[in-house]
Amino acid sequence: MMNEKIKKASRHTNQNEGLIFEKSSPGKRAFELPPLDVPAIDASKALGGFYRKEGVEGFPEVSEIEVIRHFTRLSTWNYAIDLGMYPLGSCTMKYNPRVNEYVARLAGIATEHPYQPQELSQGCLRILSLLEKCLLEITGMDAITLQPAAGAQGELTGLLLIRAHHQKHGNPRKKVLIPDSAHGTNPATAVIAGYEVENIKSNADGQVDIEHLRHQVTEDAAALMLTNPSTLGIFEQQIPQIAEILHAKGALLYMDGANMNALTGVTRPGDLGVDVMHLNLHKTFSTPHGGGGPGAGPVATKKILEPFLPIPVLVEKEGGRLALDFQRKESIGRVRAFGGNFGVLVRALAYILAYGPGVRQATEDAVLNANYIRKHLEGTFDLPYTRPSMHEVVFSDAIQKKHGVNTMDIAKRLIDYGFHPYTTAFPLIVPGALMIEPTESESKEECDYFIDAMKSVAEEAEKNPELVKSAPHTTRIRRLDEVGAARKPILRWRPAAKRGEAAD
Amino acid sequence: MRYLPKSTTEREQMLAAIGVKSIEELFSSIPEAYRLKNPLNLPGPLSEAEVIQYFQARGAENSTGYTSFLGAGVYSHFRSVVTDAILQRGEFLTSYTPYQAEIAQGTLQAIFEFQTLMCELTGQEVANASMYDGSTATTESVLMAERLTGRQRVLVARSLHPEYREVLRTYAKNSGLKVEEIGFRSTGTLDLSGLKAALRDDVCAVVIQSPNFFGAIESLAPVAEAAHAAGALLVVAVAEALSLGLLKPPTEADIVAMEGQSFGLAPSYGGPFVGVIASREKFVRQMPGRLTGQTIDQNGHRGFVLTLATREQHIRREKATSNICTNQALCALAATVHLTLLGKVGIREMAEQNLAKAQFTLSELEKIPGLKRSFTAPFFNEFAVELPRSVKMVNTELLRSKIVGPYVLGAAYPELSKHALVCVTETTSRAQIEKFVASVKAALESPL
Repeated sequence: MMNEKIKKASRHTNQNEGLIFEKSSPGKRAFELPPLDVPAIDASKALGGFYRKEGVEGFPEVSEIEVIRHFTRLSTWNYAIDLGMYPLGSCTMKYNPRVNEYVARLAGIATEHPYQPQELSQGCLRILSLLEKCLLEITGMDAITLQPAAGAQGELTGLLLIRAHHQKHGNPRKKVLIPDSAHGTNPATAVIAGYEVENIKSNADGQVDIEHLRHQVTEDAAALMLTNPSTLGIFEQQIPQIAEILHAKGALLYMDGANMNALTGVTRPGDLGVDVMHLNLHKTFSTPHGGGGPGAGPVATKKILEPFLPIPVLVEKEGGRLALDFQRKESIGRVRAFGGNFGVLVRALAYILAYGPGVRQATEDAVLNANYIRKHLEGTFDLPYTRPSMHEVVFSDAIQKKHGVNTMDIAKRLIDYGFHPYTTAFPLIVPGALMIEPTESESKEECDYFIDAMKSVAEEAEKNPELVKSAPHTTRIRRLDEVGAARKPILRWRPAAKRGEAAD
Repeated sequence: MRYLPKSTTEREQMLAAIGVKSIEELFSSIPEAYRLKNPLNLPGPLSEAEVIQYFQARGAENSTGYTSFLGAGVYSHFRSVVTDAILQRGEFLTSYTPYQAEIAQGTLQAIFEFQTLMCELTGQEVANASMYDGSTATTESVLMAERLTGRQRVLVARSLHPEYREVLRTYAKNSGLKVEEIGFRSTGTLDLSGLKAALRDDVCAVVIQSPNFFGAIESLAPVAEAAHAAGALLVVAVAEALSLGLLKPPTEADIVAMEGQSFGLAPSYGGPFVGVIASREKFVRQMPGRLTGQTIDQNGHRGFVLTLATREQHIRREKATSNICTNQALCALAATVHLTLLGKVGIREMAEQNLAKAQFTLSELEKIPGLKRSFTAPFFNEFAVELPRSVKMVNTELLRSKIVGPYVLGAAYPELSKHALVCVTETTSRAQIEKFVASVKAALESPL
């Protein structure tokens, strides 16, 4: 049924494993504390009515080996970058260097408390300071905050800076312009920042329609949020003109830096007229996704927005001593408690230091891989936008649709070949999109495997569409009933006796 | 470069296959004038050994060798090496958000277990897959209450973590949400009559932390009763989640916003941590963040998927319940493994040791002339004391004994100058406590 030569994966035994709660048996334990070295006290007396008599109901009682086996077995059910290519467009799933994990856990790094005296935190502050300098050099911007916990929070921070800027000039303005190809976080963020969203259309080339934009940029427009390269993987060539149009009306240009992996070391948003942008350190700067986070979303700005940065701001005192400045009258305030996802920032700096100026080679390889894949799959898959691709390429399922096979089916079938699917059905402006971002971490060999797999699936879609539509066939579970999951949500385990209540 | 899997020959082969002469051609869509002519001015490249040396050197400039009595929202607890061994499995560490459920069942089942543990701990019916941290979980809980009630005034206990309040204000500023603070009494707990006076039918939520920022445990029932009488929701923030191993769960709350850092996560100079929102089932469709649900596959086998996604930004865009996308999944996994290791007995024992050590420390400190407890309410592992001298001065003295002293309450509460917030966990030995008490005594006795 399947060409075994091009199939990277083969079946292997995969152990079954229930929920940890189903293994629990009273009296087992996996953790022991040193003996108490102060007088024991009667908690019920000390806490009175606040005392929890019964203990935490439902918490499991298992041994250490069972914990290890449970989570190890679960882990084998995951796909991961460490296993192979993860071509998720817009997600930049690149190699997460192991040394970054090591240094983030060092004594003196992982052990530090955010409220300890600044004179005992100079090491942490120097790490933050060096990362700030590196990111400013990479983006070509003037000032930066490392506080936002993820890209979406970076977006919010950026828009709040913009809002504060306009407010200072007497009017916060009403709307934020967002292209129809943007990530969903952009419009969701604009609303939280108190703005209305106005969509702007892409032209036939997948670029911002400049003439249309001219009409939309009024005195009411606070900013344009632009992803560059766009989610089509295309560089927005008119970005300097776009900045001009905005600036002429006092509006600002926000750049979503999700796709910075296409630009690092090649061009700088600051030079292109961008006023403020966020970076996703868990994309471009290799910090692990960990199944959905943690990330970090630093926000870099031009000088005009610096007074509004979240507190605290890192400053250098005489003699090179670093300090945190909390006295910033025009600051938008805090977006997160404490300084940010420090452990993530440590990993990002470790990544940058490993490359140094050679980080440009990573960008080049990422773009090389995307174009190599594009070249080999063009024709097999429909390419709706033909302008040059940067770090990712977006096809559509138009050819396979004729056989009743859509992008999701192709993605699921790809799993049988040993690959994680690409991003499906995004960007929204491409019906049935296949969004492929290989990153620089893939060898020529892995790219070739992927190309062969994609071609093979395309052939199957033509000759045996049912095979593709019912994929995956090799995973330990098949396609799941998502509709049922949403209609009658089961969001937690309950002991058997209590299941009846849960159904209420 | 060691991370890049290509030889020069392979690069040339690939360029030839594409049909371009040089890599520069692939960047031709970037206007020439904007392409960098020179390499970036960055330090490096560093070998692996040099990367390690750099961070070891930075670590040595921090507080290694000091004993700390700081808590205030970030706590030192024992963490089993097992947690880290699991976390560093590439299958968890290097996997993406589990949108492709068939090859992400490991992450999905672990999240389902996390949600269950959080429900058991908080006494709530549903919990989400994580928020950034306690401060944003608290803020998002208020925004959730705003959506549920359609009201725009929120009453916040002044004893809520100062930085949580700051974050709430940042988010509230542009949404029309009005934030008002309710003070505390000599017990250290919420001024209930002040709350009642401020409550009207325009209040969406009352926000209270327990144990609160001063370590004082709040009586939630009367607060809930007052809030509900006015049609407002009760949001309970929990900054020291370990306390729930020994304290009654906040079942009176409509929404619980929790910081889970105490569960297997290092202080790490402030993050990454793990926030969580837990609530009632009937409110689930207004919850922010990801949720994992149980379902079945085509063959009837149990499996898990991300569900109720129509609340989220990638589906609903500007109509989403929140803009959160990336959360703190790996930190939630750490909490899941940690709590599974502790189990029903372990979490209780750990919590009991915290209580016993904090009580012991207070009783020793109270022997110092002129030092007295600030508040009277019961506490867990943190309590406030008033010193006869400036806390900052005492802390400076403590540094000489390699002790990082307690949090200076006057920094965020001008009315509490000379008050210090002392935290003691199971990681602090009796000898360290005794040295701390002796050093405080000496500092207070030393000539000015």
